Amino acid sequence: MLIKKPSDIQSSEITPEAVYNARREFMRGAMSVAALGVGSLAAPGILAAPTNTADVDVKGPDWLKQQIATAGANKEKITEALTPYDHVTGYNNFYEYGYDKTDPADKAHVLKPHPWTVEIAGEVAKPGTFALEDLLKGIALEERIYRLRCVEAWSMVVPWVGFSLADLIKRAEPTSKAKYVAFTTLERPSEMPGQKSSFSTIDWPYREGLRMDEAMHPLTTLAVGLYGKVLPNQNGAPLRLVVPWKYGFKYIKSIVKIEFVEKQPKTTWSMIAPEEYGFYANVNPKVNHPRWSQAEERRLPSGLLRPNIIPTQLFNGYAEQVTHLYKDMDLRKFY
Amino acid sequence: MPVLWRRIIIFAVSLIPLVWIIYKALANQLGADPAKTIVLFTGEWTIYFLFITLAVTPLRRLINFNHLHFRWLQIHRRMLGLFTLFYAILHVLAFLVFILGLDFSRFGKELVERPYILVTIPAVVLLIALGVTSTKAMMRKLGKNWLRVHKSIYLIAVLAWVHVFMQVRSSYLEAVLFGVILLALLLPRFYWAFRK
Repeated sequence: MLIKKPSDIQSSEITPEAVYNARREFMRGAMSVAALGVGSLAAPGILAAPTNTADVDVKGPDWLKQQIATAGANKEKITEALTPYDHVTGYNNFYEYGYDKTDPADKAHVLKPHPWTVEIAGEVAKPGTFALEDLLKGIALEERIYRLRCVEAWSMVVPWVGFSLADLIKRAEPTSKAKYVAFTTLERPSEMPGQKSSFSTIDWPYREGLRMDEAMHPLTTLAVGLYGKVLPNQNGAPLRLVVPWKYGFKYIKSIVKIEFVEKQPKTTWSMIAPEEYGFYANVNPKVNHPRWSQAEERRLPSGLLRPNIIPTQLFNGYAEQVTHLYKDMDLRKFY
Repeated sequence: MPVLWRRIIIFAVSLIPLVWIIYKALANQLGADPAKTIVLFTGEWTIYFLFITLAVTPLRRLINFNHLHFRWLQIHRRMLGLFTLFYAILHVLAFLVFILGLDFSRFGKELVERPYILVTIPAVVLLIALGVTSTKAMMRKLGKNWLRVHKSIYLIAVLAWVHVFMQVRSSYLEAVLFGVILLALLLPRFYWAFRK
């Protein structure tokens, strides 16, 4: 199949690595200074907790740690402050572990994400079940700093470590019948207590999907790391999807199966409430959601006395890169 | 124990949730989204106090042994009801200040577009009316009508449950639990009303 080269970023726009790193260091320094005396009551809304992750150790196999340590920087630029590590890893929607934001951080340590295998199935020339280590062999990881907009009207800025899903798709050699990619999360109630609840509205396992051109887009990322460390369990270890121009529920976590299909696959939230959650789930301030206004978002951490409420951008600020995917489509109809 | 002491103790204990959430806020322990944490916390305590208030009459009438009885609780019901109103007002204020950032143009929009918020308007208005008419002077003034007005607490409780139920997303657990408790509190009253 035809694979488009990313042409939307000119080489002149790319920040030299030295400048990039210097800026990152400056931001980190600024954040730890801000963290010294400022609590959530007084915080100006963006700089409230330390981002210094020097003493953070996330368990993982050595090969993965080494691969993450050698990750380069992605060319995508962002000027907004990173959301502190504690919040990125302590405030999660991961219903496999419970429905409170703190449940994943409290309960996900039980999961054993290594060894891990991913099944590649469906309309591909090279199907099979692969060890994570083999899937990542020869893949150059990058640090990718993207905005994350949750459908619940809060947002973060997260430094993922990962690679373009396209790299993996090309290796699998999809056939001409592959029109969509369907993803499945692990189902293991013994390690995921939320899957045992009889009051859950979710029909396990969690499912998500992308159209083939969305899946091939260079922004579409498979993440294995966070803040230069191994991806913590509560963030979807060992392998999760990141689609920065879509709402967070599309970012399926702890992926065990990637299937190439001809028809649009069923996705978990649109199975539960189809009038609320569509297949596309593109961030769009003009498409209202029955529960939350999508016109604004609380960029976390949002202080109390000065709530950090900012306007939501079309396609979460990635309109330039992705608008062409949806030309001639009614975004209100295909929400 | 003298009534005054009991009053002071119930008053102090009822303030513990407020003190707790203020402590957590000052200690910067409300997590990444303190606005949402405070709104949920005050909302949950509104419902707990509503349940406690509604439990006074069934406890008094159903549990009545020699030493184990709840007749003493009856005169404290007003204070418990007022604490329901207190936490409800904190819940509304927290939503207006921390979620909407006091942008009232957004408030109108939120009301129109979000029925789960709309259903709370009559509940809050009624709750304020019950608070205003809770004094002894108002009881005398309203006479027989006082009881009629205050029976609207059942409607308030049902609206509060609808408010929770409409927000069910990933789990029915809380909505089911609250529904069962509410039914348990209302069923004896239905029974007494029909037996008359």
